[in-house]
Amino acid sequence: MVGQAFSSPTNIFTPMSTPAHSIFGLSLFVLAITATIFIVVSALLLYAVFKFRNRADDDDREPPQVYGSTQIEMAWTIIPILIVVVLYLATARVIHALQDAPEPLNALNVIAIGHQYWWEFRYPKLGIITANELHIPVSDPARPRPTFMQLLSADTDHSFWVPELAGKTDLVPNHPNRMWMDPQHTGVFLGQCAQYCGVQHAKMLLRVSVDGSEEFAAWVRDQQRPTFPYAKSAAGRRVFEQAACINCHTVAGTPANGRFGPDLTHLMSRATIASGAAQNTPENLRLWIQNPDSIKPGALMPAMKLSDTDLNAVVSYMETLR
Amino acid sequence: MTSHAIQMPDAKIETHIWVDTLHEWLTTIDHKRLGLLYIAYSLLFLLIAGVEAVVIRIQLMHSHNNFVSPQVFNRMFTMHGTTMIFFVVMPVLFGFGNYLIPLMIGARDMAFPRLNAFSFWLTALGGFLLYFSFLGGSGLYGAGNAPDIGWWAYAPLTARAFSPGHSSDYWTLALLVSGFGSIATAINIIATVLCTRCPGMELSRMPLLARLYLVMSGMVLIALTPLSAAQIMLLVDRYLGGHFFDAQAGGSAVLWMHFFWIFGHPEVYILIIPAFAFMSEIIPVFSRKPIFGYPIMVAATVAIAFVSMSVWAHHMFTVGMNSMANSFFTITSMVVGVPTGIKIFNWLGTMWGGRLQLKVPMLFAIGFLFQFLIAGLTGIMQATAPLDWQLSLSYFVVAHFHYVIVGGILFAIFAAFYYWFPKMTGRMLSERLGKWHFWLFVIGFHLTFDLMHIPGLLGMPRRIYTYEPGRGWDTLNLIITIGAFLQGIAILVFVANLFISYFKGEKSGNDPWDAWTLEWVVSSPPPVYNFASIPVVASRRPLWDEKHPEDPDSRYE
Amino acid sequence: MSAMTNPFPDAASAWELPSRGKVAMAGLIIAESAIFTIFVVAYLFYLGKSITGPTPREVLKTPVFYTICLLSSSLTIHFATKALEGSRPRSFLGFWLLTIALGGLFLYGTGQEWRRLVYHHGLTISTNLFGTTYYSLVGLHAFHVTAGLLMLLSVAMFSLAGRMGTRQYNRVEVLSMYWHFVDVVWVVVFTVVYVLGR
Repeated sequence: MVGQAFSSPTNIFTPMSTPAHSIFGLSLFVLAITATIFIVVSALLLYAVFKFRNRADDDDREPPQVYGSTQIEMAWTIIPILIVVVLYLATARVIHALQDAPEPLNALNVIAIGHQYWWEFRYPKLGIITANELHIPVSDPARPRPTFMQLLSADTDHSFWVPELAGKTDLVPNHPNRMWMDPQHTGVFLGQCAQYCGVQHAKMLLRVSVDGSEEFAAWVRDQQRPTFPYAKSAAGRRVFEQAACINCHTVAGTPANGRFGPDLTHLMSRATIASGAAQNTPENLRLWIQNPDSIKPGALMPAMKLSDTDLNAVVSYMETLR
Repeated sequence: MTSHAIQMPDAKIETHIWVDTLHEWLTTIDHKRLGLLYIAYSLLFLLIAGVEAVVIRIQLMHSHNNFVSPQVFNRMFTMHGTTMIFFVVMPVLFGFGNYLIPLMIGARDMAFPRLNAFSFWLTALGGFLLYFSFLGGSGLYGAGNAPDIGWWAYAPLTARAFSPGHSSDYWTLALLVSGFGSIATAINIIATVLCTRCPGMELSRMPLLARLYLVMSGMVLIALTPLSAAQIMLLVDRYLGGHFFDAQAGGSAVLWMHFFWIFGHPEVYILIIPAFAFMSEIIPVFSRKPIFGYPIMVAATVAIAFVSMSVWAHHMFTVGMNSMANSFFTITSMVVGVPTGIKIFNWLGTMWGGRLQLKVPMLFAIGFLFQFLIAGLTGIMQATAPLDWQLSLSYFVVAHFHYVIVGGILFAIFAAFYYWFPKMTGRMLSERLGKWHFWLFVIGFHLTFDLMHIPGLLGMPRRIYTYEPGRGWDTLNLIITIGAFLQGIAILVFVANLFISYFKGEKSGNDPWDAWTLEWVVSSPPPVYNFASIPVVASRRPLWDEKHPEDPDSRYE
Repeated sequence: MSAMTNPFPDAASAWELPSRGKVAMAGLIIAESAIFTIFVVAYLFYLGKSITGPTPREVLKTPVFYTICLLSSSLTIHFATKALEGSRPRSFLGFWLLTIALGGLFLYGTGQEWRRLVYHHGLTISTNLFGTTYYSLVGLHAFHVTAGLLMLLSVAMFSLAGRMGTRQYNRVEVLSMYWHFVDVVWVVVFTVVYVLGR
């Protein structure tokens, strides 16, 4: 009910996966305790302000000078300590359950690598490399199939945050991290980078597509097969391979194997480009290639200053990368 | 003060050309004048950092806004945070401490007056250095390259590779310089409190303000220095090819985080303890009762100081420490809430059964109590590490710490202004304008910072120059911005009050509030030598004993 | 201005407070200790983590002689201050100059060590993590020794000009606190770098 009050696809109170659920449960407990403390203390405060305020008709005598009271001090020391103990025990359980969860054999493994302003996703056991949009299988609570992610960084600090699926975990260079999620509903879940990583931190968006097992298997197959460079895109492919594009981008099965930018082999399987900054439409693609700063000012992809012909050719080549 | 060996007619001695006045102020070593210099300095930067905040809020008013570029926005939030902490709150607190401590302990000045002046000018230089970055420094961005690394300056964003140009260096040097000023002031405060008290003023008879500043200064010594050390390491990395935080050479970005937060967390207690000090002086006077549980208040503050040195990694819950470490920092962060809560209860106990004078200082004090309570509770929420895995790095945290710093510390500072302005200037601040200031600010504050928790709960991270529509953040951000404008107007009312009352305020006399500590013995403003003869005291409230010889405190302590 | 009543007329005469100089120097020492602690933590944290380059074991030689020099200088400065307290200015000057000489010798030793490390082993501050943390830690200490020596030198000049007497004892004592601190830091640095670190 708390969740529906404010409708949002990134609401921490509408958990869709076990880590987010555990956190949600704990948060209700914490909220209950803190709300009670708030109500009691602020009621006392308000009461004091009203009952003891100086009225115009009061004489000038000073009230009784009370210096303290050991019993009261003890009471309001011991009760908070007890509250802390209870709260801590509840919390420690959740910390352990989430962080020390063992990885089952059937878990899907994904390596996430944070880059300045985009996400690289590798599925080592499936031989897939993709970018920005993560596909993971739904996890049936009866036969769970969680996704375990290893988090790395190619440059500065980032943080992977999809609120409905799990708490966030940072991607720190030279400090591999691990997180897991087991979404119990299919759908597209949104999030974004949460650790300030530079100019375009704000547009390093996340899109997690939780697929039913058949859709997921189909997606895997699509990602694993090579692309078919159609004849009519040969001109575009030539521009792509002769301009500096291949220095940064990979298209599997072609000479392009740059690692600095996202893998474009199956670019058209993604709903957005520039890590969520724009919808994946031909117009946006054209705009992006012509001048990345117009969509994401400060992005590390340079404007290639292509002529119109070359630009159109490259865009139609991109559109063959399904 | 001009002195003439030759006899001059009186009229000539009285004329002060403005250069003489300026010279006096620039070369002063009088703790009262230095205190006022700190306070004036901090007010100037409050306005500047406030403008930076307004720029941020206008940009975030709705999704995909274009008021400023991402580069400018990132500089705005970096400068806003850095300025507010180091060049607004720390100086204003040192300013009040400088002004009040010698008066409250019956001394003529701080232990080291010239060091005191040196510290102020170091701080001033730091602020100047930070803002010079807007003009100076080369770099790929050209002119106007204030630091844009966030006020925590996380590695490796600060490495040469990711922050070319000199903007990060201005951040580093400005804070290094003003850090040394703060350390010198802390040493001065400790030496003053321990070595220059008037006869009879044992430590247990000092006003709580002096004792709390003593604790705060001790914390400055061991908490500010880790930041200085880390900044030296950063400079070694950037200029001598060092690898302290260089991931390629095996260095650790997490090490910077540890060093920074070993400074950063105690720093926020360094900021709040003087606010506690103000509250502990003001609430008793306006409740007409002594502070409830003086020894416990001291013990709680010392406990806070110690425990706060062990909680730092609760700022790093998402960084990937193991479950034992996360549990440890969870329990310590919760434990630090216990002595803090005790203090709130003691203030409540002071008010209980009293006769509350609801003048403007007390209004701000009540606001403080209410808001600090809420801020502490949202702190407890974040202390539970798993919940922090959602809340960290989001607008929930931004709301929380602004609740503490604005709703808590700034309210306490406002209370201190209204309470001690008469002592400093001889005139009262206008009660009417004060009430306008208070109510406008309270409404604006709650509009902004109560609501600000919600976008955090709805997944809005911090330090983003824009956001996507359809996340449910738009309307909330708009109202938050409106609240910010209200607060800005309230601050302008406050500044107007300062100026108008300085010239036209009602004369205050020595002791307008019928208070009990030594600063109210001397004239308003005090003479440069403070006390004609050093007082001798026999209790915590020397003036209470004077005014109530039939029932002196000394009988009960 | 109201005069304070004095219920304890004898209080003023019995009122004794600690010396400002000593309290301030103690504060400075605490602050500096915190800075050194952070550099020591970084050194210990990065032990064994260098990806390349010379390791401590390969290149470090324990500077026993120069350590003895520095630690003895604590002894000589102690004798010097005692001499000043007892109004023996010539004895004071002798021990004071000896202190400076021993401190200077220590710095010379550090310089020699660094020359050897840089030119024979190619270890600089930018070589690897060990280089960075070693030069930073030892360098920070050497910087503090240098600052101390400069202060000791100025006192020596005052003494040579005949201006140091028992009246300056308290200040000299405060300065010697700083010098003792510098020595204690060296004990820690020595243990961490040359004993634990290999």
